[in-house]
Amino acid sequence: MAGATSSIEGLPLPDTAPASLVVRDLQHWFGSGANRRQVLDGVGLTIRTGEVVLLTGPSGCGKTTLLTLVGALRQVMAGSVQLFGQELHGAARRERQLLRRQIGMIFQGHNLLRCLSAEQNVQMGADLLPGLGYRARRDLSRQWLRAVGLGDHLAKLPHDLSGGQKQRVAIARALAAQPRLLLADEPTAALDSRTGREVVELLRRLARDQGCSVLMVTHDPRILDVADRLVEMEDGRLSEASISGRALSGSVG
Amino acid sequence: MLLDHLWPNRRIPLAWLLLTRQPGRLLVALAGISFAGILMFLQLGFRDGLFDASVTLHKRFAADLVLVSPRTMSSIAMASFPRRRLVQVMADPEVAGTTPVHWNFLLWRNPQTRTTRSILVVGFEPGDPLFTDTDLVARTYVLSQRGRVLFDALSRPEFGPIADWYKQGRTIETEVAGKRVRVAGLVELGPSFGADGNLLTSSETFLQLMPDLAPGSIELGLIRLIPGADPATVAARLKSHLPEDVAIYTKQGFVEFEKKYWQTSTAIGFIFTLGTAMGFVVGCVIVYQILHSDVSDHLPEYATLMAMGYPFPQLLGVVAREGLLLALLGYLPAWLAGQGLYTLIRTGTKLPVAMDGARSLLVFGMILTMCLGSALMAMRKLGDADPAEIF
Repeated sequence: MAGATSSIEGLPLPDTAPASLVVRDLQHWFGSGANRRQVLDGVGLTIRTGEVVLLTGPSGCGKTTLLTLVGALRQVMAGSVQLFGQELHGAARRERQLLRRQIGMIFQGHNLLRCLSAEQNVQMGADLLPGLGYRARRDLSRQWLRAVGLGDHLAKLPHDLSGGQKQRVAIARALAAQPRLLLADEPTAALDSRTGREVVELLRRLARDQGCSVLMVTHDPRILDVADRLVEMEDGRLSEASISGRALSGSVG
Repeated sequence: MLLDHLWPNRRIPLAWLLLTRQPGRLLVALAGISFAGILMFLQLGFRDGLFDASVTLHKRFAADLVLVSPRTMSSIAMASFPRRRLVQVMADPEVAGTTPVHWNFLLWRNPQTRTTRSILVVGFEPGDPLFTDTDLVARTYVLSQRGRVLFDALSRPEFGPIADWYKQGRTIETEVAGKRVRVAGLVELGPSFGADGNLLTSSETFLQLMPDLAPGSIELGLIRLIPGADPATVAARLKSHLPEDVAIYTKQGFVEFEKKYWQTSTAIGFIFTLGTAMGFVVGCVIVYQILHSDVSDHLPEYATLMAMGYPFPQLLGVVAREGLLLALLGYLPAWLAGQGLYTLIRTGTKLPVAMDGARSLLVFGMILTMCLGSALMAMRKLGDADPAEIF
């Protein structure tokens, strides 16, 4: 794929790789006054370019809030989030919108546009790329759909696709915009174990080819081994998990 | 593909796909917009047609200036004034000629059903230029014989099958105001707002039909000017010379005067403008409903696009384009149906209703306003799309 800059599959990332994302002492709370509830309490996290990080933790511990903050979807209240070297704290709406173009997002409920075919959905991602003609963007979309194994389903509408296929289209759409960071929120939640496994591996492989970092929230214990690193969140704080995903990845990669 | 060359930087036509991939909803929307458009075409057509119909005869007069009584408010109630005034007018060096005209509504007896109905009778000297149509003037010599009338073949059918009978060669004799007359020919003028039918006759016959009319009084004086004379200037000069018992208009002014009567003195203008406004409001409600529910249904998808980095104004543009497309797609059937309805009205009522450019444009403008206004309202709903809520 165009723009692939990262390491060759299977080789460990050098520790000196530049950081895509640096989070320091991030605080976040909802509500105000007596109802104020702290969700994030001093979160720190660094993701280097090309790294795949899995985030786990009990539900309601603030994982999704962290994703929305890192994804420039929410205003940072306190602390620092640096995306590709750019500070998000105090960033204007327009800056965040532009930054989001460099972030691919994959949602639990795929969130495809119902009125668009698989190919058109992916092209909504490719359309964000500057300086490419319609045909080039369409060809790119087709290429991505073939890469996720849906070359035969280009013209199908989302409701004609299975859950796994929809999630693959969502992955193709996210990657078609050539993001530098991919955020995924429980992408396997709606899938059976085999399909979920396939989707996540595909995601990791394609992201790796692109030199794209991945931050994935998951509850699914079967996919933890695809990660370079595993972090756990509890009560608004992060801690590095004891097992290294990287060590496991060799056996399945 | 040709489109790739013409428009290489185009994007996925999201607005178009949003509309067309829900054909049921689109159909309802288009039916609503077309209905509103048809309603507006119908109401405006009737209004303009009625106003135009009020001056079918006025437009044909061979006149630059028109003399009427100041008590005359419209063609359905023409007051009389002394014929001498027209003679006085002749003194002006820029006046080329005049035509004194009698004008009144009299009862015509339908020769077939024997019922009576009010018809407009216009009396003048045969051979005098009454209408700009010179061919018609030549035919008026048959009126020199007393008791002869020319019947307007476009009159409403309630006056009897005069035109058909005449063409069959039958001799048609009937009564006008209780006096016997014979139809000596046909003319084609068209019914107007006030008059369902028209009859042309000579001044002599006219006076015979209305024996009580004060001698030397007429209802209308047509004045023709020499070439190059400015009607407005001459009108002002004549007005200063003539006594207060006549009013003078330019031909166009006379046409406007008559139209204005129907516009202001009757509820017609109000009724049909209200009808048009109703169509507009109904259309607004329908389009707003459609667009609002469309935005609501797709709110998570709009939020997804925002999360992907699409700027908010671009999404507003999608809604605006949906409005624009609805306007274009809804206008076309409305225009076509309007054409058909106008034809129906013309044959059914003989009103001069036709699709003209100004009205086509006006209705299109209203539909466009309707759709874009509704889109603007529906855009407020788009503000509810919060990309932070979609994870």
